[in-house]
Amino acid sequence: MTDLRAFLRNTWRGLTSMRTALILLFLLAVASFPGALLPQRSLNAAKTEEYIQQHGWWGRTLDQLGFFEAFASPWFAAIYVLLFISLIGCLIPRTVEYARQMVAKPVLTPRNLARMPHHHQVETALPVDEVLSAARKRLRGWRIRVDEQQGTISAERGYLRETGNLVFHFALLGLLVAFGAGKMFGYEGQVILLANGSTFCNSAVLNYDSFRAGLRVDGTNLSPFCLRVNEFKATYQHNGQPIDFQSKMDYQIGDDLSGDRWQQADVAVNHPLRIVGDRVYLQGHGYAPTFEVTFPGGEQRSSTIQWRPGDQSTFLSEGTTKFPDPPGITDEHQRRERQLAITGLFAPTAQYNGAILTSVFPDLLKPAVAVDVYRGDLGQDSGRSQSIFEIDQVMVKSGKLNKVARKNLELGQDLTLDDGTKIKFAGVEQFVSLQVSHDPAQVYVLLFSVLMIGGIFFSLTIKRRRWWMRATPAGEGAAAGRTVVDVGGLARTDQAGYGEEFSRLTSDLVTELNKRGA
Amino acid sequence: MPGTTIDLRLAALSDWTYISTIAIYFLAMVLYAVELAFSRKRAPEKELVAAGAVVVPSAEATPASAARPERSLPDRVGRMAVAFTVLGALLHVSSLVLRGLAVDRVPWGNVYEYISSVCAVAVIAYLVFLRRHPVRRLGAYVLLPLIVLMAIGGKWLYAQAAPLVPALRSYWIVIHVSAAIISSGVLLIAGVASVLYLIRKANDENPRRFARIAEKLPEASVLDRLAYRTTIFTFPIWTFAIVCGAIWAESAWGRYWGWDPKETCAFISWVFYACFLHARATAGFRDKTAAWINVGGFAVTVFNLFFINFVLTGLHSYAGVG
Repeated sequence: MTDLRAFLRNTWRGLTSMRTALILLFLLAVASFPGALLPQRSLNAAKTEEYIQQHGWWGRTLDQLGFFEAFASPWFAAIYVLLFISLIGCLIPRTVEYARQMVAKPVLTPRNLARMPHHHQVETALPVDEVLSAARKRLRGWRIRVDEQQGTISAERGYLRETGNLVFHFALLGLLVAFGAGKMFGYEGQVILLANGSTFCNSAVLNYDSFRAGLRVDGTNLSPFCLRVNEFKATYQHNGQPIDFQSKMDYQIGDDLSGDRWQQADVAVNHPLRIVGDRVYLQGHGYAPTFEVTFPGGEQRSSTIQWRPGDQSTFLSEGTTKFPDPPGITDEHQRRERQLAITGLFAPTAQYNGAILTSVFPDLLKPAVAVDVYRGDLGQDSGRSQSIFEIDQVMVKSGKLNKVARKNLELGQDLTLDDGTKIKFAGVEQFVSLQVSHDPAQVYVLLFSVLMIGGIFFSLTIKRRRWWMRATPAGEGAAAGRTVVDVGGLARTDQAGYGEEFSRLTSDLVTELNKRGA
Repeated sequence: MPGTTIDLRLAALSDWTYISTIAIYFLAMVLYAVELAFSRKRAPEKELVAAGAVVVPSAEATPASAARPERSLPDRVGRMAVAFTVLGALLHVSSLVLRGLAVDRVPWGNVYEYISSVCAVAVIAYLVFLRRHPVRRLGAYVLLPLIVLMAIGGKWLYAQAAPLVPALRSYWIVIHVSAAIISSGVLLIAGVASVLYLIRKANDENPRRFARIAEKLPEASVLDRLAYRTTIFTFPIWTFAIVCGAIWAESAWGRYWGWDPKETCAFISWVFYACFLHARATAGFRDKTAAWINVGGFAVTVFNLFFINFVLTGLHSYAGVG
């Protein structure tokens, strides 16, 4: 039993020693390197997979060890958990000691002040009590202990240093807790909306294109609001460098949700919309071409769907617009032979190299598409998941989906398929990609960060220093009635540079003594 | 909208000033080196040591104190080097001001400008420290990495004067980036000091090691003080810079912290410097271990300064490479 207690005690002591803390801190830095140097799944899943593919066995091993989600890995967690236990173990005794010191008086004056790193001796004609009163006057702002019997003064200053130190470390603990709470109770969702009056309501996870929920978020308690995206505008310099992105939106919150009252908001880069505890960010934009299909029977169908911007400097985009329901066909089998997909490239400002379409500017100056039209079975009932930007190549390979036309179209132009179906490039809409974020704890993170900055500032700039004086009546004879004044100083802080202040303090005292003596 | 027009004349002037700055720094570095080469080893230069200070506080020990007639040649060369460093720093600052005026915004909107600003801060920090401490012998070692950085900046990272990309259009660029610049600049000095401290310390233990370099360096205690003072000056600012970055990220990228490579790197270097401060307070780690950690922090800072923008693509990579 005592063995166990001794073991626990020693473990605790070892864990909370400064040495261990230092090593853990160093490990924390080292363990963060993979997070900076290797691709991370949370930042770029595609790039991470590619990296794993390229590195074969090595890549898979790293993956299993959690190197591609370094900051969520068990080894990273182990380090910071140990570090924080160590920190708590260090803070508790320090806080107790701090409280004790705050009520204690400065330490007694050492016998031999000449041994102090800073020391000075003067002789004055003033009596001891006069010297003491002169010193007390100069020591305003210091915490002092006066011993009139002994003729000594002990003074100490700079207690705020330890205050700052403790505030910093407690705030650090608070920051970690708030950070974790944010991850638990927060969520983040992305959604793409056409900037033509499309609406989105934060009522269900399904309304998002992608959604990342904290552990305690089940999607039933999303902050209620609706958005309507009316307009998106990008401005560019002549060389295509963007100057500004802006989107005009309307939103509904609270009681408005049941009615038709909307409030206006401008959302731009660096200017999210903050409503009901959520933030709405403008994260990206792009183009959605509109295709109008006129079927042989004269029926029309139109579709506008976002195409994926490939190159951010020219916005040459690629995508697929699908028409899975040809009109007038009820037979499932026949329907699957007549489905259409328009796939290819979209250029906001078209330029041709021969027949090959490229884009030379990101703004919508001369829109054009280069499309392949496929007809047949899109494979939407195959059970495989489909990208909205691509057609299912398996269907193409199996011969069930066939290319029936290829053409470049400018705005308003059309093409005709062999069966008389007409496809017209009828227009272009802009889309915005929005992110909705919810983090109830981030205000606390901010609060603790500010406390940390304040704490570390005081902790590093303030010096804890001591100053002592002993006034002793000089001996007999010629020196009788005179007083020998010894002063000593000690900084309790590393590299404090206390010398100057000590000198100033001491020379002020000498001046004062001379003044009183005169 | 501010900052969409560019004054090409001022931009060209700024470029010329930048190049002249490098030339002047180079000249200063050569002069510092000449002083080092021709001065006697461990010159009896008076050192301001805190311990045992005299009561009279007016004892002037600054190198720039009143002229004495019999100055040795190396001493005169060294003073010339300082004068050139000051001149270089003035040109450097004017190059940045001109760039700022040319584009009508803060002159740290891309990597080229950022590196130039960091180097300017480093030179100024060195000059400030030089006023109160005998560190003139470090001049060449301080200027060398700065010249290299500035040359890389001017040759490979140069970016035409241009307005800011939308993501950078925020008042936080003034606060966050300037704090980051000040910290990185001063930390460069701390790093150089720690490297030299280690060299000096190795030589103190075994006089044959680094004999040629070390014997003309200042005392280990002076180097240690330089490293420590600069680091404790910077650490709160660096913390502030990171927090401001997080606040900005919250409004620009949708989260205050996302382990973006640059964020991670900033975090790593912050932890390194936290390590340094703790090592200084831990028996057995005070001297060399602390210095090694500071050198590590220096390496991460330089890495973070610009390598990260090439090696990795992160959210910070808009900061204008190529």
